Amino acid sequence: MCGIVGLFLKDKTLEPELGGLLSDMLVTMTDRGPDSAGIAIYGGTEPGRVRLTVQSADPGGEFPKLAELAAAHGAAMARKDTHAVLTLPAEALPGLRAAVEAVPGLRIMSTGEAMEVYKETGLPADVVTRFGVRGMAGTHGVGHTRMATESAVTTLGAHPFSTGADQCLVHNGSLSNHNNLRRELVREGIRFETENDSEVAAAYLTARLAEGRNLGEALEGALGDLDGFYTFVVGTRDGFGVLRDPVACKPAVMAETDRYVAFGSEYRALVGLPGMDLARVWEPEPATVYFWER
Amino acid sequence: MPVFDLATTPLREFHRALHSVREGENEAFEVLNPRGAHSVAVGAMAPVHVEVRGSVGYYCAGMNEAAEITVHGSAGPGVAENMMSGRVTVKGNASQYAGATGRGGLLVIEGDAASRCGISMKGIEIVVKGSIGHMSAFMAQKGAMAVLGDAGEALGDSLYEARLYVRGSVKSLGADCIEKEMRAEHVAQLSDLLARAGVEADPASFRRYGSARKLYHFNVDHAGDY
Repeated sequence: MCGIVGLFLKDKTLEPELGGLLSDMLVTMTDRGPDSAGIAIYGGTEPGRVRLTVQSADPGGEFPKLAELAAAHGAAMARKDTHAVLTLPAEALPGLRAAVEAVPGLRIMSTGEAMEVYKETGLPADVVTRFGVRGMAGTHGVGHTRMATESAVTTLGAHPFSTGADQCLVHNGSLSNHNNLRRELVREGIRFETENDSEVAAAYLTARLAEGRNLGEALEGALGDLDGFYTFVVGTRDGFGVLRDPVACKPAVMAETDRYVAFGSEYRALVGLPGMDLARVWEPEPATVYFWER
Repeated sequence: MPVFDLATTPLREFHRALHSVREGENEAFEVLNPRGAHSVAVGAMAPVHVEVRGSVGYYCAGMNEAAEITVHGSAGPGVAENMMSGRVTVKGNASQYAGATGRGGLLVIEGDAASRCGISMKGIEIVVKGSIGHMSAFMAQKGAMAVLGDAGEALGDSLYEARLYVRGSVKSLGADCIEKEMRAEHVAQLSDLLARAGVEADPASFRRYGSARKLYHFNVDHAGDY
């Protein structure tokens, strides 16, 4: 099953409320999947600076070491439960990234100018509380609550998947050609962290975006190259997209007002949003690309 | 009229009241703030009236028998699934598999219906004022469907004896579904159906689709259709 949500704000005055709105949407979808939950949130950007989100199963043991690495690379570190967000000058990222990857217990969740990814096993209500998501401001975000089918219930198997800077994907469904596609993407130089099918979809989009396509074009390509059941919600630094496979059995509802574009696996996820009474509500068409860019 | 506000009252309390109505009683209920709740007004077994003020989630009015249920909003997947009799009206749009497997009664959708509308219908009548999505009336066995708008891909795939009337375009017909002549008996049936649905439309402006009856038994010559 799985429950997915997304919110792309048009009205700047809603930005301080993004974390709260997205948390409520995700918690409402809890009974679609109890295994793990996660959120990707796009905060503001600072010129020349990037964020690196790192996770550890043993933060007490390993984050002191991470703090040393951060200090050595000129990064500010903010710890949130099992995750830490390191903010640093863009040119220092490759060095810090390599240093973090050399520590066995540390896992990189995401990089980017704006995006932070938080995900863990457990229920959405616990996950958003542990990371203080309700207090986070931002321009857009996506969330996922998982009922695992394709791979193990682990932190890395949770969604959102991030395979490129400021890129994330959440998925409801299951892909049938992910092993073949993973092999092709590995040949293109993409690295994978899991055996998960959704990570392949994320990496596919990353590869297409790296070729210079925009989000809409990348999603259009997915229609031809991905086989299986899917409703995807994806985020980029400035964009937000939705795609359903041609059979479209995985549910999806969208709402748009002059203040936001919102996505939910079910209408229930959307009812708490401000001004929903006057929103345009529709079910996204099968095999049709929807995307918004700033 | 008893009013159940789902913002403050559990859905079970409404259902307890709905299911305790006995034959011969003519009760009316109003349901407020459904906020996309699942399974609202399922399993009614008496000719009650239910007005649902807002949009509902999965399986609203499922297994309905005799009740007249109106959703003043949109409905999630499986509205009026397996309806036996009575009437369900959706003022907004309906998600996938509306009226699936229904054996009787009338389902009226005033907006659009998504994919698989009337899948495996077995006697239900469905009127959609807007358009229907792909694979609608898949394996439909009995009953009638009237669509004022357009139909998506693979209409009536593997159809048995249901009658499908579409006024707009049909993107494609499914296996063993063909266009058929609109004879006087069909105009009469459609005219009566539209009248009961409270929909004004000229029956002569519709086209009829039905089964070519070539998939009833496996035939190796049709293997490509399976």
